Amino acid sequence: MTVESKSCSCAESTPTHAPASGGSFWKSGGWLLAALPAGIALYLILQPLAGWLAFRALGLAPGSRLGEAVAFFAYEAPKVLMLLGAVVLGVSFVQTFLSPERTRDLLARRTGAWSNLLASLLGIATPFCSCSAVPLFIGFVRVGVPLGATFSFLVSAPMVNEVALFLLFGLFGWRIALLYTVTGVAVAFVSGWILGKLRMERHLEPWVLTVPFEASRSADVPRGFPQRLELALQATKDIVGKVWPYILAGIAVGAFLHGYVPAELLARFMGKSAWWSVPLAVLIGVPLYSNAAGIIPIVQVLLAKGAALGTALAFMMAVTGLSLPETVILRKVLKPRLLAVFLGTVAAGIVLVGFLFNALM
Amino acid sequence: MKIEILGSGCAKCKLLAERAEEAAKGLGVDFTVVKVSEYPDIVARGVMSTPGLVVDGVVKSQGHVPTVAAIRDLLR
Repeated sequence: MTVESKSCSCAESTPTHAPASGGSFWKSGGWLLAALPAGIALYLILQPLAGWLAFRALGLAPGSRLGEAVAFFAYEAPKVLMLLGAVVLGVSFVQTFLSPERTRDLLARRTGAWSNLLASLLGIATPFCSCSAVPLFIGFVRVGVPLGATFSFLVSAPMVNEVALFLLFGLFGWRIALLYTVTGVAVAFVSGWILGKLRMERHLEPWVLTVPFEASRSADVPRGFPQRLELALQATKDIVGKVWPYILAGIAVGAFLHGYVPAELLARFMGKSAWWSVPLAVLIGVPLYSNAAGIIPIVQVLLAKGAALGTALAFMMAVTGLSLPETVILRKVLKPRLLAVFLGTVAAGIVLVGFLFNALM
Repeated sequence: MKIEILGSGCAKCKLLAERAEEAAKGLGVDFTVVKVSEYPDIVARGVMSTPGLVVDGVVKSQGHVPTVAAIRDLLR
């Protein structure tokens, strides 16, 4: 039970219920019209503001380790949080149109590689939390979603989600965001396809196929723009309220690395010339668990300090896509051999992506 | 009224249980809150994303924690 509680640190859940309607225009989202320009203005003056705080207000010397670390934190923390708020709001709105139930029904009648591709793509946008992995897995398998497609979804959903995507876009630009998305979907697609081809249905725990099951769906579906906006705002509050400590922790680690770790150090261990750095990064990343929002600030510093892009992205994929708590949860539905094949296939895919990037970029 | 909270014991499930209880008290009806945390029982009720709210055998919400006001509407 303790493991499962921990695995619920993801907050990828979007309300799909109908809240009590009513409230003024201001309360139901009108304040956004005022908040938006204010946020953009703050975003624009953030860099000088952070410098002023670190070097004037606190009197730290520019170029000193502590000074650079503090300035980094003061700039990154508000920037990332603001970016995240804006992104989550937009995506939560879109997600009021999606649900795991709808995704399941879309996948139920598909077969072959197409089902894997569709599952990998739907995994990007469908709200998913790894603490629901077991009921979701059973729900998918029992309505006839191919096992391989189910795995494609399970890999893609935590690894290539909208928060990861937009943070990557905001911090590194569209090229890296696009590369991460395309290769993440490719890993989910290929590993799910391979797992499907292996025909390992008999390595499911028997109760998966025998337990009484009913494919019901919840009664409440949101309708209309104001209600969807209200839901999106509430989801944003929930998600940002939940992930901000992880993000601040991530940025704090990043700030420490930024100020105290010399660039040559990481270049030697995580640079292109060290071929073994990719499998090592994946090996370290797999047992670790963090959502994408927490790991991206760390990745940012790794890159800035000379880590190769492929190595850094492989690390991020390993941390978000595979984790010890999720493995423990999945053990309830997968026999050890299937679980091992699943982990091995996905990890191998991630290592390949790392090598590919390091070779190309 | 029988209110079931479906979930494997994560923070969101506890929050949902608290809110459901508050909402039910506000309605002034007789009710019991039961926590359903075993996976086979969750699956049997047709819920794929936890936490789930089931009232008298009917799935009212899943995958999120509605507000107290929203739960009150769902209980009516």
